[in-house]
Amino acid sequence: MTLPGLLPELEVIRKDFPILERTLAGGVPLVYLDSANTSQKPQCVIDAMVDHLERHNANVARAMHQLGAESSEAFENARDVVARFIGAPSRDEVVFTKNASEALNLVANTLAWATGDLAIGAGDEVVVTEMEHHSNIVPWQLLTERKGATLRWFGLTESGELDLADIDSLITERTKVVSLTWVSNMLGTINPVAEIARRAHEVGAIVVVDASQAAPQLPVDVTAVDADVLVFTGHKVVGPTGIGVLWGKRSLLEQLPPFLGGGEMIETVRMERSTYAGIPHKFEAGTPPIVEAVGLGAALEYLAAVGMENIHRHEQAITAYALEGLATIPGLRVLGPLDVTRRGGAVAFEMDGVHPHDIAQVLDSRGVAVRAGHHCAKPAHARFGVQSSTRMSSYLYTTPAEIDALVEGLEHTRAYFKVG
Amino acid sequence: MNAELDSLYQEIILDHYKNPHHAGLREPYEAEVHHVNPTCGDEVTLRVHIADGTVADVSYDAVGCSISQASASVLTDLVIGKPVAEAMSVHEEFLTLMQGKGTVEPDEDVLEDGIAFAGVAKFPARVKCALLSWMAWKDATARSLEETR
Ligand SMILES: Cc1ncc(COP(=O)(O)O)c(C=O)c1O
Repeated sequence: MTLPGLLPELEVIRKDFPILERTLAGGVPLVYLDSANTSQKPQCVIDAMVDHLERHNANVARAMHQLGAESSEAFENARDVVARFIGAPSRDEVVFTKNASEALNLVANTLAWATGDLAIGAGDEVVVTEMEHHSNIVPWQLLTERKGATLRWFGLTESGELDLADIDSLITERTKVVSLTWVSNMLGTINPVAEIARRAHEVGAIVVVDASQAAPQLPVDVTAVDADVLVFTGHKVVGPTGIGVLWGKRSLLEQLPPFLGGGEMIETVRMERSTYAGIPHKFEAGTPPIVEAVGLGAALEYLAAVGMENIHRHEQAITAYALEGLATIPGLRVLGPLDVTRRGGAVAFEMDGVHPHDIAQVLDSRGVAVRAGHHCAKPAHARFGVQSSTRMSSYLYTTPAEIDALVEGLEHTRAYFKVG
Repeated sequence: MNAELDSLYQEIILDHYKNPHHAGLREPYEAEVHHVNPTCGDEVTLRVHIADGTVADVSYDAVGCSISQASASVLTDLVIGKPVAEAMSVHEEFLTLMQGKGTVEPDEDVLEDGIAFAGVAKFPARVKCALLSWMAWKDATARSLEETR
């Protein structure tokens, strides 16, 4: 079957992802609907990493031999690819981290240590939202608790969007940081980040955008979203685990103090004190995840070649088809916007009479991989009075037939638990 | 593919899930604990009442999957009315079964309906679901004993 908006080369794309050929226990084919958790990897990413390990492996920056030069070049080339992928004005503004969580912690910690204009203290406020991943809540709780500042947050409307009604009382002269997700990993909601950033900048606050779920499915342009900091994680953009990205405006990154101390982040070290390297190296202490960066570079080149606009259209087509299919299941309630133009590809839902764990278990026995639980978004679940949910999430390799397999699996689950 | 699933979801488990025994929170009690499974968010609030060295009552309020709900129900059937030491040895037996990766043959005389959980031991991700209320009970019992000492 085909739907308007699907990637025309879908079958070819699927062949790029070797894992999609897998069968599971009982010989059933894999139906992978957990890409918001982590995406699968195309052969070109696997090959780029293997090739680097087989032929170019050496430490970066500090090795004075040919392999060292090749490895450094490959690593720094990945930084160029990332900079292009997100429209960064300068490659030096791209810092490699371990994942999105580390990137957010880097910002929150260095702000806790900052002095002068950036210093945060009693009376200051940090604003987040109720739909954040725990990674974009806990670091700010730690920061505000340590500094005697106050954490505030945008609530959510019944339909799962940010409640912007009280934006002017929430973002005020006291606000130092506004940190929010671009796309929710639970509700799927796409937030009006540029609009919120505009208001935040009026009061002089720093805007941090968690693009962990946006970077995989939307074209990202850091200037257009008007962020001061934008983070994402490599493993959700068909790249490897162990690598994340922190982009920050040069002026801000230069003003922030270092995060971790160690090799490569220094200019000179004396026993009394040290001076630090310029950005981005100031924030990259120790041997970086070299082969992971190479893999991430290959991943983003792959996505760019398919085209982020095309990937976004594909996600919308699949998500619309999934929402239609889910609507046919009695007692099923989708959490989050039902309007496909206002949401991403992660669809969380509840089904009367069967707990998400049990749903995921029955689906798994049919080869359908989904996530069950709170998806690291407990406050968002609490907002909707649910303790956990089942989440399906698609990506550029997802087919309508896989959505059919999910819907049939859910019907089977209801029958298995004798619901209805 | 349903054979695997049926070994996990035994009829007995589904029965306890649909009609949990001893559910709800009751008085009197000496200790109340709240345990959470951080990976999935399943939660249980559990109270223990000990009288004359015997488990006089175990009451609970649990939110979670069929396995965790059924396991709380079976737990109460097995420990209520038993001397604390004997209930603890049932606990040990259940723990051994759940941690046995499917290799332990359960003793029906000791575990009664609890033997239905033998299949769960083969699903590492679900063992924590089955143990949630049991761990809460052990914790609450230890505290009850301290209270009454
Ligand atoms: C919106 C959002 N933010 C942050 C993260 C954290 O990513 P990581 O675990 O790779 O640090 C995730 C991933 O689950 C996410 O979905």
